[in-house]
Amino acid sequence: MNVHEYQAKELLRRFGVAVPRGHMVTSADEARKAADDLGTPVVVVKCQIHAGGRGAGAIVANEGEAASVFEASLAREGLPKHDKPGGVKLAKSASEAADAAGTMLGGLLVTRQTGAAGKQVNRVLVEEGCDIATELYLSILLDRAVGRTVVMASTEGGMDIEKVAEETPEKIFRQSVDPAVGLGDFQARNLAFNLGVAPDKIADAVKFFKALYTAYVELDASLLEINPLILTGAGDLLALDAKVSFDDNALFRHADVRELRDENEEDPKEQRAAEFDLSYIALDGNIGCMVNGAGLAMATMDIIHHHGGEPANFCDVGGGATSEKVAEAFKIILADPSVKAVFINIFGGIMQCDVLAQGVVDAAKQVGIEVPLVVRLEGTNVEQGRAILEGSGIDIIGAADMTDGARKAVEAAGLT
Amino acid sequence: MSILLNKDSRVLTQGLGKTGQFHLRGCRDYGTQMVAGVRPGKGGSDFEGVPVFDTVEQAVTAEGCNVAVIYVPPPGAADAIMEAADAGVGLIVCITEGIPVADMVRAKRFLEGLESVLIGPNCPGIITPGEAKVGIMPGYIHKPGRVGVISRSGTLTYEAVHQLTLRDIGQSTCIGIGGDPIIGTTHLDAMKFFNDDPDTDAVIMIGEIGGSAEETAAEWIGANMNKPVAAFIAGQTAPPGKRMGHAGAIISGGKGTAADKIAALEAAGITVAKSPADMGAALVQAAEAAGLQLAS
Repeated sequence: MNVHEYQAKELLRRFGVAVPRGHMVTSADEARKAADDLGTPVVVVKCQIHAGGRGAGAIVANEGEAASVFEASLAREGLPKHDKPGGVKLAKSASEAADAAGTMLGGLLVTRQTGAAGKQVNRVLVEEGCDIATELYLSILLDRAVGRTVVMASTEGGMDIEKVAEETPEKIFRQSVDPAVGLGDFQARNLAFNLGVAPDKIADAVKFFKALYTAYVELDASLLEINPLILTGAGDLLALDAKVSFDDNALFRHADVRELRDENEEDPKEQRAAEFDLSYIALDGNIGCMVNGAGLAMATMDIIHHHGGEPANFCDVGGGATSEKVAEAFKIILADPSVKAVFINIFGGIMQCDVLAQGVVDAAKQVGIEVPLVVRLEGTNVEQGRAILEGSGIDIIGAADMTDGARKAVEAAGLT
Repeated sequence: MSILLNKDSRVLTQGLGKTGQFHLRGCRDYGTQMVAGVRPGKGGSDFEGVPVFDTVEQAVTAEGCNVAVIYVPPPGAADAIMEAADAGVGLIVCITEGIPVADMVRAKRFLEGLESVLIGPNCPGIITPGEAKVGIMPGYIHKPGRVGVISRSGTLTYEAVHQLTLRDIGQSTCIGIGGDPIIGTTHLDAMKFFNDDPDTDAVIMIGEIGGSAEETAAEWIGANMNKPVAAFIAGQTAPPGKRMGHAGAIISGGKGTAADKIAALEAAGITVAKSPADMGAALVQAAEAAGLQLAS
């Protein structure tokens, strides 16, 4: 789960991490008041969406414009700049702040990361202007190779960190954290000196890094990224931006974090799937897939591609799919207008094929399927399962194995 | 013979809720020695004749358990792993899906320096066909034999095993290592076990997008493995940045793509199946290239 920048900063502030003062607002009038309240000569107005690249992004009025600006200026590197207002704006007065917020709110912000559809701007953050001397980078995340948390910092702030890692790896500093000890003072000092913090500010920097690490652990974050992290003119560290992602598996122990969810930022189909404990991800193809198990679901997408088709989705109904879950998965898959055929690929282990077949039949009758349906069943009670499908009166294309199913689905999708 | 698990293994079950009970029966029916259960507060009772203890330590002392299988729900699962390791259980199989990453970071640290081997979490378990099954896989699709199977996935493993069995190729041991970002036994660890097992002739390894465990294993295989290996990588069509069901299956920062993994595997001399329907065929091909006949 992700949260907005203003929410991330609010959380970090609780742990003693220095962040700029600011207010989240939803109207131009509130933005004016926020700027007055902050009282700094310059304020920054920032769109709040769950995607990066906001500064270089474009505020547009509608989806058509979003798509054309994306194609012309954002889809890849080296394209000419657009002439639209961006998603981050410096304002030198309260009325300028109000104007900027007015332009942003209700518009679509399209960035390198949002894709051609862009994202609607419903909230903006008005923040005090800061005295930036140096831009740095810092993130905390899991190092899968060793199963430990790693704190990663770089002198190349504001840049795409993956590019830095590729081109100038010597500018990235890592500290691997022993979970039994936590981030050691010496590790925080290493980071601070590597980043060029002044000797008289090292003690403060150690506190700053340790507060960030504590926030990461206590919040069960899966990623905490500060880009840019800045050194102010006075030599202090300040989190100018903040991105926090949370471990979904740990949300059960963070009621306060769960409340920060912004449903406008999530794909409605993926949300609905989550409610039914289904794992669904929309893709660009036209063959809907329903599979039990994540690995087999990915493999099913692969085999469709291998035989010349493209999957419309990833959908894992899980090991214990009931007829209710299968029906819901059907509805979600068929709600995608690009789906021209559906391929159900089930290897019944603990889940029995006859139970699943009955679920498919019930769901098909309930939902009403107008596209070709290819079903491949294998595993426990497979004979009973196939008999149920055959006796159902529903027009189902049976498949002997994965290859057969994929071929038939690709062919069926091509015909419609 | 086999790796990690055989007919003499004595298994205790942690987490005797509905799921734990169901699979305890399934494993027992397969012929596994399911000798104890642990359910804090229910010590002294029994589940269908299987004695239940309050703590793992008690179960180990009374029943000589050397394998633990864990179905404890996510909030307590990492603790259950540590309890089993602390009691000296040699093989710990954690089936539980959805354990917080931070809990597993601590559990993994706890296991450092201890003898216990952890399989999982978020895995189907381990089976030595014809001898013992510890986990949730359907036993009947397996066939005793001499091919080792290693996989991150559940049902995709069944698919691979099914393909082997249809070709009359039996399996020595099949391990589902789990789909989480932090797991105990890795592809590499399992591969080393199979390389050292005199009763395994060839190995099939099924990976998926995310992380770099397959690449690490490939490098080792290229330099050290003395048995033929075939592989398949799931997620060739997965877009970057999207988590495909398994918590670990995500292409991030251009890393962990199927293409990278396949290239690393092929560079190590491993036969890679292009389609998931060809996993069995790829293994036969790898074996034949090594002058080995697999089907019994």
